[in-house]
Amino acid sequence: MQDEPTPTELIKAVADFLRNEIAPAITGHNSFKLRVGINALDLVTRQLTLAQTADAAEAARLEQLLGADGSLIELNRLLSEKIASGVVDLQTPGLADHLWQTTMDKLAVDQPNYAAYKREMGDTTRS
Amino acid sequence: MIEAELARCVASFHPGATGVTGAAKLSGGASQETWTFDIVHPDGTIGAILRRAPPGFGAAPSRAAGLDAEASLMQLAHDAGLPSPRVLHVLRPEEGLGTGFIMARVEGETIARKILRDEQFAKARPLLARQLGKVAAGIHGLPATKLPKLRQMTATKEIGDLEREYRGFDWPRPVFELALRWLRDHDPGPSDEMTLVHGDFRHGNLIIGPDGVRAVLDWELAHFGDPMEDLGWICVNSWRFGEIDKPVGGFGSREELFAGYEEAGGTVDPSRVMFWEVMGTLRWGVMCCGMMQRFRIGPDHSMERAMIGRRASETEIDLLRLLAPRGR
Repeated sequence: MQDEPTPTELIKAVADFLRNEIAPAITGHNSFKLRVGINALDLVTRQLTLAQTADAAEAARLEQLLGADGSLIELNRLLSEKIASGVVDLQTPGLADHLWQTTMDKLAVDQPNYAAYKREMGDTTRS
Repeated sequence: MIEAELARCVASFHPGATGVTGAAKLSGGASQETWTFDIVHPDGTIGAILRRAPPGFGAAPSRAAGLDAEASLMQLAHDAGLPSPRVLHVLRPEEGLGTGFIMARVEGETIARKILRDEQFAKARPLLARQLGKVAAGIHGLPATKLPKLRQMTATKEIGDLEREYRGFDWPRPVFELALRWLRDHDPGPSDEMTLVHGDFRHGNLIIGPDGVRAVLDWELAHFGDPMEDLGWICVNSWRFGEIDKPVGGFGSREELFAGYEEAGGTVDPSRVMFWEVMGTLRWGVMCCGMMQRFRIGPDHSMERAMIGRRASETEIDLLRLLAPRGR
């Protein structure tokens, strides 16, 4: 067992330092790159916080939908094949809900400020 | 150093020019560069842009029209009265600048966030969708007999290309599968009308001023095909930059775009436009995945590329909103 602080806490501390202390002192193209870097660290923090629960729920939905066991990537390969061959489509009970939930969980990590995501979350304020 | 070569080159096509100043690289990958510079002349300074593949980088990627074709298309568009920079010179091998061309610099903005938010564009924004409709119709109306040799594309071919590229990533994406399936099921077949298609008609390739559209740039992906492709591509949600209720570039409606197109003599097929919007959304998603690949295996190991890879999921929510909208 590794000691504390956790990866999430460490990354957040670094990101906050870069955001609050370094970013105001940087100009030009490096300022853009620094912002991208901070966004990447924030993304990693969100993934470390959210992915485990979301992945478990995704796997459970896939097992239900496909009637099969396997790793998350194997299950996603199987679903992809079934959609490609037309065995599963939007009329299949549970497919649309599954794709929506999975996609919303990805956006929560990748890009929670994306306007289409915020709209689907029920937030009607403009970004 | 490039200024000396440019000065020699400029003297050959612009008599009386005494040199060039202020050369600066605006953008550049390994194979293609854009430079801005000023031509010094007793009658006044002329702003210019060099677009080139440096010496040693002759071959363009297979989808690219090639810089010579880009130069002819820009000149044709300019001669037809479309907003397009005047081409001043096509590079010759003996000039030592590589392949490409020099064009007049058009002042204005290409950055979407500024165009959509800055006060100086407030009057232009409501005009843009209709203006761009007219411009697109003008592009599609350029006489086929005068065009350079271009690749010919159909919806079927494009679906095949996208699928091949996606499968090459070997990373399962059920939403992309759904989109590919939808595209195959809704493939409208070859268009009755085959025209010049710009191929990348969107923010970033449009110079906008406070008065509206000033220039269409970057003909790299020009081809023959279904003219509705350009109208669908500019409606892709990725180019709305948060203004998701204004489908055309975040500044206008499809109705305005279509009205401008028809005013300029074009005929719109809204269902084909929608088909190409879905195709375009998937295409941008596949391009994001491609950025991830290049980040991982290519020489450009940059954070920016890596992070664009994480934007593929944006196109997945956009595809679901198009193909499986939730009842709300």
